[in-house]
Amino acid sequence: MMWKWLHPYANPEVSYHFAGKILPWCARFAFAFLTIGITWALLFAPADYQQGDTFRIFYLHVPAAMLSMGIYLGMAIAALSSLVWQLKLADASAAAMAPIGATFTFIALLTGAAWGKPMWGTWWIWDARLTSELILLFLYLGVMALHNAFEDKTLAGKAAGILALVGVINLPIIKYSVEWWNTLHQGATVSKLGQPSMTADMFWPFLVCFIGFAFLVTTLICLRFRTEILNRNSMRPWVRELVTTEEQTHAV
Amino acid sequence: MQFDSISAFLDMGGYGFYVWLSYGVSIIALALLVFFSINSHKKIKQQIAQRIKREAKLRQAAELQKAQTSTDISNNI
Repeated sequence: MMWKWLHPYANPEVSYHFAGKILPWCARFAFAFLTIGITWALLFAPADYQQGDTFRIFYLHVPAAMLSMGIYLGMAIAALSSLVWQLKLADASAAAMAPIGATFTFIALLTGAAWGKPMWGTWWIWDARLTSELILLFLYLGVMALHNAFEDKTLAGKAAGILALVGVINLPIIKYSVEWWNTLHQGATVSKLGQPSMTADMFWPFLVCFIGFAFLVTTLICLRFRTEILNRNSMRPWVRELVTTEEQTHAV
Repeated sequence: MQFDSISAFLDMGGYGFYVWLSYGVSIIALALLVFFSINSHKKIKQQIAQRIKREAKLRQAAELQKAQTSTDISNNI
């Protein structure tokens, strides 16, 4: 009963068009929020009393790090539903999410290094938070490689899904690494339950940036999900019809 | 506004290099991701369109051959 409304979305054609419908709106929201958020972060947010203007890196670093973990969780849930319920579309969405998550993990690591150099005096240190985030990048790269390693997409999805599920153990390690181990990385500022331990004139630009990046992620997932659906259903009549009509309208 | 001049904005209180490195590389990485995502979407559509055309051509050639052989046979009789 609960699953009934979900049923049409198990149809690749319906999902393809649904993703195509929400894509332009997510793109517009992403553009609007990121333009406002980045301008706010660079020009109007106050400098930190200890860290000065390097604190502006925070507005990229923290959203990227949070999304790198969030996307991984989404990918793992998709992988689980693919392995348990044999949902082919779940494989397509997991394959769509992996490169996006890898990019955000890379951004989190890079902005972290560029923030660490002036504040800690080193670009990199093998501490728990940084090492576990680097492992997250390798997990993403492994999942991407497995998705592309097999001609048979069902087999590829299974192999990549198992790796993605095993890698979930890394998520709580990243999250709690700053509490479990003595690390150079500072503790949570935003995601503390209750009040975030930062002032409002820093929190609001952060929130706008985060929402902007989240919309960008959704846009990219829709786009790559559509590509994956076409790739997996290229012999179906509806795909052939769609491609032919689109070619004709472009040619005119 | 936190900065009095453009040079102060670019300097970022002496941390300009690190701040602009972060923003620059992040924007380039995201731009590449967007570019490759759009590109692979276009490519898969082109591949499918090409295959449809190739199949149509093969079918045409097969029909032509069939028609020819049937006329050859009727001529021989």
